[in-house]
Amino acid sequence: MTEHSASNETRKAPESAAAEMDAARREFMRNIAAASVLSLGGGLTLYAAAPREALAKKPGEPLDPKKRWGMLIDTTKCTSGCEKCVEACKKENGWEAEPGSRTDVQWIRKVDVKDPATGFMASLPVMRQHCANPPCVDVCPTGASMQRADGIVQVNMHTCIGCRYCMMACPYKARSFVHEDIPEERKRFHAPMGKGCVTSCNFCAHRVDSGRIPACAEACPEGAMLFGDLNDPNSAISQRLKEIPSYQIRADLGTDNGIRYTRLP
Amino acid sequence: MRAIRQGMTAALLGGVVFAAVLGVAQAGDLAPKVPIDKSKGDCVLPGDQMRKQHMNILMHRRDDTMFNGVRGGKRSLQACLTCHMVKDETTGKPVTIESPKHFCRVCHDFTAVKVDCWSCHKSVPEETATQAMLKDGKLGGTGSMFARLRGFVQGGAND
Repeated sequence: MTEHSASNETRKAPESAAAEMDAARREFMRNIAAASVLSLGGGLTLYAAAPREALAKKPGEPLDPKKRWGMLIDTTKCTSGCEKCVEACKKENGWEAEPGSRTDVQWIRKVDVKDPATGFMASLPVMRQHCANPPCVDVCPTGASMQRADGIVQVNMHTCIGCRYCMMACPYKARSFVHEDIPEERKRFHAPMGKGCVTSCNFCAHRVDSGRIPACAEACPEGAMLFGDLNDPNSAISQRLKEIPSYQIRADLGTDNGIRYTRLP
Repeated sequence: MRAIRQGMTAALLGGVVFAAVLGVAQAGDLAPKVPIDKSKGDCVLPGDQMRKQHMNILMHRRDDTMFNGVRGGKRSLQACLTCHMVKDETTGKPVTIESPKHFCRVCHDFTAVKVDCWSCHKSVPEETATQAMLKDGKLGGTGSMFARLRGFVQGGAND
């Protein structure tokens, strides 16, 4: 449903800016490399030297409410059949289930979309869209479905009662319900998940909080996923968004997604 | 005279009872002791206060992490599990909540309080970025190495 709606919405979006995207990626990697070198010199320079995308908080420090985390996904680089981001997410957050299970938890999936009018196809990862106006947060009766001040939308499983209203409300089918007990070996320390709660992508909040980028973005072999602060005009993602057209899935809903795609059928 | 003798007897009896109560309280043999590795430093509060306050500290920290993204440091769950870890004698691995030796169960079994933290949370400490790096024997990509180095400098912020 989402995929077809998306294709109708953004048919006017043909834009190939692969060369520009490459340049930005190189620059981004250079920033990171430079920061790494400086950080080797001494712990004190570490925070000053870190690139804006990966500014670290010290342990015990709260998040920065001025930030709004977002992601730009370059669909020109994303190939059909590659599931590296999905695998990385499964490994990081421990939601891999038995093959063939119909009650899988799913934080991210690869979707192949096609414009029926022209036959143009694209492959893209779809996860929680980290909306600025999240319908899931609106409907939650206990306040468990919540938005952090830095824009990350997540489920506070301590107060989730498993009513699944948020799953009904989400236009992106981004949420899943945990039907079975999670065995000890599948539990992840930073991503607790248990039977009877709704769960979904949280932009790897534990990684973001310690200055790292989400596991999917780190795993992408093409560097197609650019993570960063949308509110900072100097961040790599903001610079890219200024240069090239990008689209939100079902922008007509007014949810103002934090995840943007460069090209959609 | 008779009244004085009665009073003395009562006082003596009271003293005996008081001494007995004090003796039990001081011996502390009845209440289980929570295993802790003091070489990693003191707990966030002294033991007698932790007995009363640990649930409040945990809940406060839980909300701080969920809403404000506060992670790592001495009050993190990772830190609790690291200092209070009990290793299995045969395997040498940290025991999970399945074992009655797990530091939570030591007291909670005694007081017959069942908590459901561990149906979602992992009950053994997770290896830090540094440990993972040493175990992998590789540094991964540029971004990953940077992150791992930072994790090393910060002492890890996994919770």
